[in-house]
Amino acid sequence: MLSPLLLFCLALLAGALLACAAQPAEPQTPGLVEQIDTLLPQTQCGQCGHPGCKPYAAAIAEGAAINKCPPGGRQTIARLASLLNRAVVPLDPQHGAEGPRRVAFIREAECIGCTKCLQACPVDAIVGAAKLMHTVISAECTGCDLCVEPCPVDCIDLLPVPSPWQPVTVIESPARGSPLIGSERGRGLAT
Amino acid sequence: MSLPTSPRARMHGGITPPGNKQQSLRHPIRRLPLPPQLIVPVEQRGEPLPELLVSVGDRVEKGQCLARGRGERAVSSHAPAAGVVTDIGTQPLPDDQAGGLTCVTIATAPSTASTRCLPPLDPARCGSEILLQRLRDAGITGLGGAGFPTHTKVLAAIGRVETLIVNATECEPFITADAALLQERVDDVLRGASLLLQITGASRCLIGIQDDEPAAIASLQAALADARFQLCVLPARYPHGAEALLVHVLTGKEVLMGRPAIDYGVLCHNPATLHAVARAVLHGEPLISRVMTLTGAALRDPGNYDVLIGTPVATALQACGLDEWQHSRSLAGGPLLGVELQQATVPLTKTSNCILATTEAELPRPPPPQPCIRCGLCADVCPVRLLPQQLHWFSRSGELDKAAAHHLEDCIDCGACAYVCPSAIPLVQQFRLAKTRLAEQRIRQQQADLARERFEAHQARVANQQRLDEQRRHERAALLQRKQAEAAARAQAVNTVTPASTPSPQDVIAAALARVQARKAAKLAAAPTALPPEGEAPP
Repeated sequence: MLSPLLLFCLALLAGALLACAAQPAEPQTPGLVEQIDTLLPQTQCGQCGHPGCKPYAAAIAEGAAINKCPPGGRQTIARLASLLNRAVVPLDPQHGAEGPRRVAFIREAECIGCTKCLQACPVDAIVGAAKLMHTVISAECTGCDLCVEPCPVDCIDLLPVPSPWQPVTVIESPARGSPLIGSERGRGLAT
Repeated sequence: MSLPTSPRARMHGGITPPGNKQQSLRHPIRRLPLPPQLIVPVEQRGEPLPELLVSVGDRVEKGQCLARGRGERAVSSHAPAAGVVTDIGTQPLPDDQAGGLTCVTIATAPSTASTRCLPPLDPARCGSEILLQRLRDAGITGLGGAGFPTHTKVLAAIGRVETLIVNATECEPFITADAALLQERVDDVLRGASLLLQITGASRCLIGIQDDEPAAIASLQAALADARFQLCVLPARYPHGAEALLVHVLTGKEVLMGRPAIDYGVLCHNPATLHAVARAVLHGEPLISRVMTLTGAALRDPGNYDVLIGTPVATALQACGLDEWQHSRSLAGGPLLGVELQQATVPLTKTSNCILATTEAELPRPPPPQPCIRCGLCADVCPVRLLPQQLHWFSRSGELDKAAAHHLEDCIDCGACAYVCPSAIPLVQQFRLAKTRLAEQRIRQQQADLARERFEAHQARVANQQRLDEQRRHERAALLQRKQAEAAARAQAVNTVTPASTPSPQDVIAAALARVQARKAAKLAAAPTALPPEGEAPP
């Protein structure tokens, strides 16, 4: 009488263990959407036709084109292509052109304090209150352009910001067909 | 007299370019004539603007303090010569490409007054705070190249280091400023080293020098009497002078890239800095001049000169007999690490150790680059064991992630790879560009992460607001409903008390109209002779 009971208990235990083991392990790496989202520039500008970077990342994961992000430009396309193992394609011009990073600037003398831009800013980078002057925290502005349209007095400009790093000039390779023969270079000779 | 010790480790790779050191060692250190104008930088990169103690038009004495630093790491600046301040403004400098720094321009005038000095200190009776404050007041920064403020570096090393390394390895061709200093002013250099040993509590001092400077070695050997000092002669090989590599060669400790040598118990200083430290503490002299090498085939009189800080490059070169006909370009620094000067008006700063005024024959411009032939010479000479040819492909095609995976950021910019490249590819320039791009990409990524965080916070806030609005609307609707229900219930209650007296709406209106008519009639009857009521026009 005891042994069937014992066997039953053992079987139950083994079943429980198997059920635990069959649970899929928690994925350690972030999902594809998160990985794509990390590569996107997070301007949240909506130029790609999606309401933000995350939705566009989700759409890319579903198979959407990777060349719809003008703020990211060539670099983002190249990084997305290498992540997703797709071909590098030029930026789709219908979504805009690649340009330097820009930040919004409010001409404060003209601001009437309507708070419309505050509501439009996706990253809360504009400070101000009703009937008081507004201003942009430029370190946090992504240059998404979304505050320009709602402004009733048109007092917001988008100004290009200089790169924090000065470019270093690199001597480019000579143009194809220029008269150059290796043996005549006279390298290191004092002539 | 002490015998040199041998190095503890060997540097990987490296190159041995022709030294070209004899040109500038023919004469002892000389003084340049007083230049008519001095442009003295008073601002430090990455520090707040200093507190200016002079204004335009002021007369200044030699050694007078021009500006006092505001930040924790900022040092003071002093007038290198007597004269009148003619301008204060941003001026371009030789060692930077991004804009300039605030400089005080002085029109010099010959003066017989002696240098205005700080009172000399007796190191035996002073605490380390007083000595560090003195280094700060005397405007002492690293004279080797990076220009890091000395007091900050020494303060960080107090109690944490057991070895002071004197980096006398001038591994770049042409430069002999430190060698000349060690030949002629070795006592002050060693006094400076003793002072730093006293302040930091380090137990020994290693002096690293290359075997291509025999006169400096002889002078050091003659002067060394203290048992704490050890001389270590290295074979002449470039780039021994890079701090991390020198620490490895002298002590056998491998310094990880990006970590300061202090973390490994080592403090590294240049002999010129130690000389300045000794002059500042023992003689109270502020740092207003330094020994630098002015050399190159375009100079008739190359040599080591004691140059006032702020002397314009053009003035200094003319004083050495610049042959403008032969001169092709000037480099600030040596031929391998030097920066080509775009304009000759820039002043010489505390960090300039060499100006190389060269001719096309002496230092020809690199020929146009050819394709990489994968010879692997660059990997053989790389002192930090990178694979320059691989990095070349990645940085050329803009694959920065792959370049970073191949440790592009560990590159020390020594240029040995470009020197040996048979295809004359400007590898080090490419790596510098790729590194700046990589750093820019890192900054962009940080900005994007911040933007994502803020966007998510914004979304959460908007969603929360909507939820609260919705809730409030529901509550209001519920309240209204409840009130209506209550009103209806009350009406119901009234109806149940007098169910028979409920008149129809028409009857109610008719009754109200009748009441109004009756009231009007009563009014007219009561006052027939009164004035017409207001609002009616008089006849």
